[in-house]
Amino acid sequence: MSGLDNIGTKVVNPLPSPPEDGLSGNADAILHEIVALLEAYTATGQTGAIDLHSLPLTLDDYELLRITLADGEVHAHIDAIGNSEVRETLYPGVWWVTYYNAEGDIVADLIEVTAVPEILKAPADDVREGLAHLRELLKQEQP
Amino acid sequence: MNEPDILGASLARSGISRRSFLKFCTAMASLMALPPSAAYAMADALKRAQRQSVIWLSFQECTGCVESLTRSFDPTLEQLIFEMISLDYQETLQAASGEAAESARKQAMKASYGKYLLIVDGSIPTKDGGVYSTVAGVSNHDLLVEAAKGAAAIVAVGTCSSFGGIPHANPNPTGAVSVSDIIKDKPIMNVPGCPPIPSVIAGVLAYFITYGKLPELDNLNRPKVFFADTIHDRCYRRPFYDQGKFAKTFDDEGARNGWCLYELGCKGPTTYNACATIKWNGGVSFPIESGHGCLGCSEPNFWDKGSFYKPLPVPLADNTPIITAAALGGIAVGTAAAVISRKHQTSISEEK
Repeated sequence: MSGLDNIGTKVVNPLPSPPEDGLSGNADAILHEIVALLEAYTATGQTGAIDLHSLPLTLDDYELLRITLADGEVHAHIDAIGNSEVRETLYPGVWWVTYYNAEGDIVADLIEVTAVPEILKAPADDVREGLAHLRELLKQEQP
Repeated sequence: MNEPDILGASLARSGISRRSFLKFCTAMASLMALPPSAAYAMADALKRAQRQSVIWLSFQECTGCVESLTRSFDPTLEQLIFEMISLDYQETLQAASGEAAESARKQAMKASYGKYLLIVDGSIPTKDGGVYSTVAGVSNHDLLVEAAKGAAAIVAVGTCSSFGGIPHANPNPTGAVSVSDIIKDKPIMNVPGCPPIPSVIAGVLAYFITYGKLPELDNLNRPKVFFADTIHDRCYRRPFYDQGKFAKTFDDEGARNGWCLYELGCKGPTTYNACATIKWNGGVSFPIESGHGCLGCSEPNFWDKGSFYKPLPVPLADNTPIITAAALGGIAVGTAAAVISRKHQTSISEEK
């Protein structure tokens, strides 16, 4: 045992106290923006996205978004340079897409309004390369 | 190897899926506050792009800038940046040395004449014929002038190449100057910082490769996407400044409560950089969060601006809309930041 335990320490929280309810008003703004994006998507098919990193959100703002949007029917997990979580919300066509790096930190956090987020679709070039590999494999196995 | 070095093909060869690549582009777009749709455009453009030839010259420097990039927060994202460029010359990272290294540089300069990106870290000594720093017997000045001729653009990485930095500090024994003091006829982007934030270096490289041009620059030629706000504007201790709560010494009650470090000489109010938002070491913290004021390392002549511990003169100039809004209270700060952020996104989408 070192003598370090005898030194008195004081744990402080340097973060400024948040507003009364902890909400900045930005979560509400995002929810209204989602409505606008959904209106555009249903009317013209124009897809849209909101980068959640582009707005200052408090923890309570996030919580409000989580509770309001809630989980829908689809939850996909992508394993490509770290994890990615793709969740459809309770509102069909509204997706919450979160990208993590290999260390598990969030590198991008998006709300997407579309039928299927681009990241879930198999890219045509990858499909072609996969086909070539599979053909090659079958050719090798033939006697 | 005679086929053009298309980025998409080289990524495939390295076993990087296109989903991974899209993810990388989304992360970079988010980092640079580009609209989310830019990620798709970016992925599409980069896939078809040739790998960008990059020649990196190191002059009077400490190698901290290279360390910053190569020890960047995320090994896999960093790896992708190196997949996107063909780093044809970098003294610290290349395996070749001596004649072989110099001839590789000359070959790359000839092969990509007019197209390569020249990255420079370190200042350039001009006193006594530039004898204070030479590579293979050639002065830094002459190397820079020669390499600049065929460059599409120049990126000055770090405060030394951007503004002269520490070698330029009084009494400047080597007559050190910045890249833009010497080169006048090429687009130059300064990415200052001692060192710069690694993801800022990665972000501006990705931008250049995607759009084939430098991003929008401020009056000191710094990319606005990262240098638009002061550290003070985005500091989490800002509310204490607005309330007039200041630490008076580094170990008083105020310091322990995380109050504003303005009176301890913090240079946050006059320093434009992204440390308060992107932070360091994978987003762990930044100097102010660790209890020390900002040194202002990304500003010109930061070393000669008096003591790091002497408070800035008052009153502070109201130099951005955020400061004005901050007077109205904490919520106003958030809303103003949101509005500015959105305006910024809109202006970028219109620019394309």
